Amino acid sequence: MRKGKAGFIFLAPSFLGTLIFVLLPFMDVVKRSFMTAITKEGAGMHNYRIIFTNSAFLLAVKNTLRFALVCIPLLVMLGLAIALAMGSIRHMQAVKSLYLFPLAMPTAAVAVVWKMVFYERGFLNKYLERFCTHFGMGMETVDYIGSGAAFYVLAGTYLWKNLGFTVVLWLAGIMGVNGDVMEAAKVDGAGGLQRFWYVLLPDLKGSLYIIVVISFLNSFKIYREAYLAAGAYPHESIYMLQHLFNNWFVNLDLDKMAAAAVACGLFFLAFIMLLQGLWDKGTDG
Amino acid sequence: MKGSWELAKRKKIKSGLNTAKRYLLETILICPVVMVCIPIVLLITGAFMGRDELREGLSPVFTGMGGYIQWNLMPDYPTFENYKRLLFEMPQFFVLFWNSVKMTGCILAGQCLVGMPAAWAFAVYRFRFDKAVFTLYVVLMLMPFQVMMLSNYLVLDRLGLMDTQWAVILPAVFSTFPVFICYGGFRQIPGAVLESARIDGAGELLIFYKIGLPLGKGGILSAMTLGFLEYWNLMEQPLAFLESKRLWPLSLYLPEITWEQAGYAFAASVITLIPPVFVFLMGQDYLEQGIVYAGLKG
Repeated sequence: MRKGKAGFIFLAPSFLGTLIFVLLPFMDVVKRSFMTAITKEGAGMHNYRIIFTNSAFLLAVKNTLRFALVCIPLLVMLGLAIALAMGSIRHMQAVKSLYLFPLAMPTAAVAVVWKMVFYERGFLNKYLERFCTHFGMGMETVDYIGSGAAFYVLAGTYLWKNLGFTVVLWLAGIMGVNGDVMEAAKVDGAGGLQRFWYVLLPDLKGSLYIIVVISFLNSFKIYREAYLAAGAYPHESIYMLQHLFNNWFVNLDLDKMAAAAVACGLFFLAFIMLLQGLWDKGTDG
Repeated sequence: MKGSWELAKRKKIKSGLNTAKRYLLETILICPVVMVCIPIVLLITGAFMGRDELREGLSPVFTGMGGYIQWNLMPDYPTFENYKRLLFEMPQFFVLFWNSVKMTGCILAGQCLVGMPAAWAFAVYRFRFDKAVFTLYVVLMLMPFQVMMLSNYLVLDRLGLMDTQWAVILPAVFSTFPVFICYGGFRQIPGAVLESARIDGAGELLIFYKIGLPLGKGGILSAMTLGFLEYWNLMEQPLAFLESKRLWPLSLYLPEITWEQAGYAFAASVITLIPPVFVFLMGQDYLEQGIVYAGLKG
């Protein structure tokens, strides 16, 4: 490690840009969150009171949290399960590439296909009905994007898109685990489950951290698919913070936006700090 | 004698079971692959269909009348018409394609220029508040665009950049995600290598250029690959900051096509798909390496 000015100089362009494009304007946003949008008078906590009694905001928060709490753990665990299973199969490289492929699919193309599959007269209903009539059951068709089912369509899209990457990251983590320790545990008579729990898992904490971080980042990008397939005002089961911010922006509700940005920013800050604290504890101890 | 024969038999059964288990596992693991392929097959076949065939097949979906969607995996009259029209008769498409290339290229080049030195600074040097600044970078990396939307707007508006492509490019250049990824790659370089270069009299800039960049290649290329896939699909920023449609990237153009012209949409989707697939195939190996470094703590 080197002390001195060189580090500063290497960092300077990036830090300056961050200052100009992110930090200073965000302070302005904090200031604005305590003011009225038009007259610029001090309004105290008024804006915050408004957003926390605003039903759209509460709905959006609820949906965003629900999406994250359902999808991220599911993605992380499913990814680990597949990665563990994949270690033992043939043609692993090719299968891995295919799993990764949705990452390269342009969002807009995905949206076109989703309309064909999930609209009321789309493929899913078509084959479901065929299936049901074959077995003599009745069925009602559903528009999967315009109803409560949209949440699951979106959750499925998120898994479909990110599963491959998660698997690859887990696989890389598993490959990095010290093989000798695993072998030694096997010789000492540890069963498969024990080896997994006491040897493999503790070694994967670094991977877990990075996978959670990336899954979290990507969970917000699901807005792209949601917006393209269902527009700015989708069914209320998938009306998320991203939609709300965008609609506020379009309607120039800047004071509400400022208060919500600060509130959400604080929440994410707390979450990230928690995650980092857990990671530090996990890797040091 | 009999005992060993029994043992061999049992072993054989066991290995047979293992093979069966493996086949079952492979079958289960292949299933999601089918899910991956369906959209691609639909896009590619759709792009070869004539206008009438598409209209007939898709009208139930978009008008809600008639039966269900109709789709032939082999088009009745395969045609290149869609591609031909899109590429030669719609100048708009070209403009937007070029917009996408330009914005993605500028963002990635800018990230290289700004982000790599920053990652190098965090990985190699100690300076005041280095830990605090790095934590700040991680926090910023994880903040969703929506939280930053208003602050971005305020600064872009003040700089007079709204409704120019710089409004999309500049904030993305200072994204801290590539810094985080490159940092992991640079951390892998042993300190002794740098120290011996210093003893031989190399300056700090030379060390960065001659040792840091080649040895940190994995991290850099993975940041670039992820960056390309991300910025090729850019949607939120142009939607908010670009009002003129002629400045839009391709990712916003596709949804503008009405279903009566579905053939264009499919052909355009296939063409949009080509660059990311190319980049993906080239950068696939780096995707894993670089990110894994980021998870390791030095």
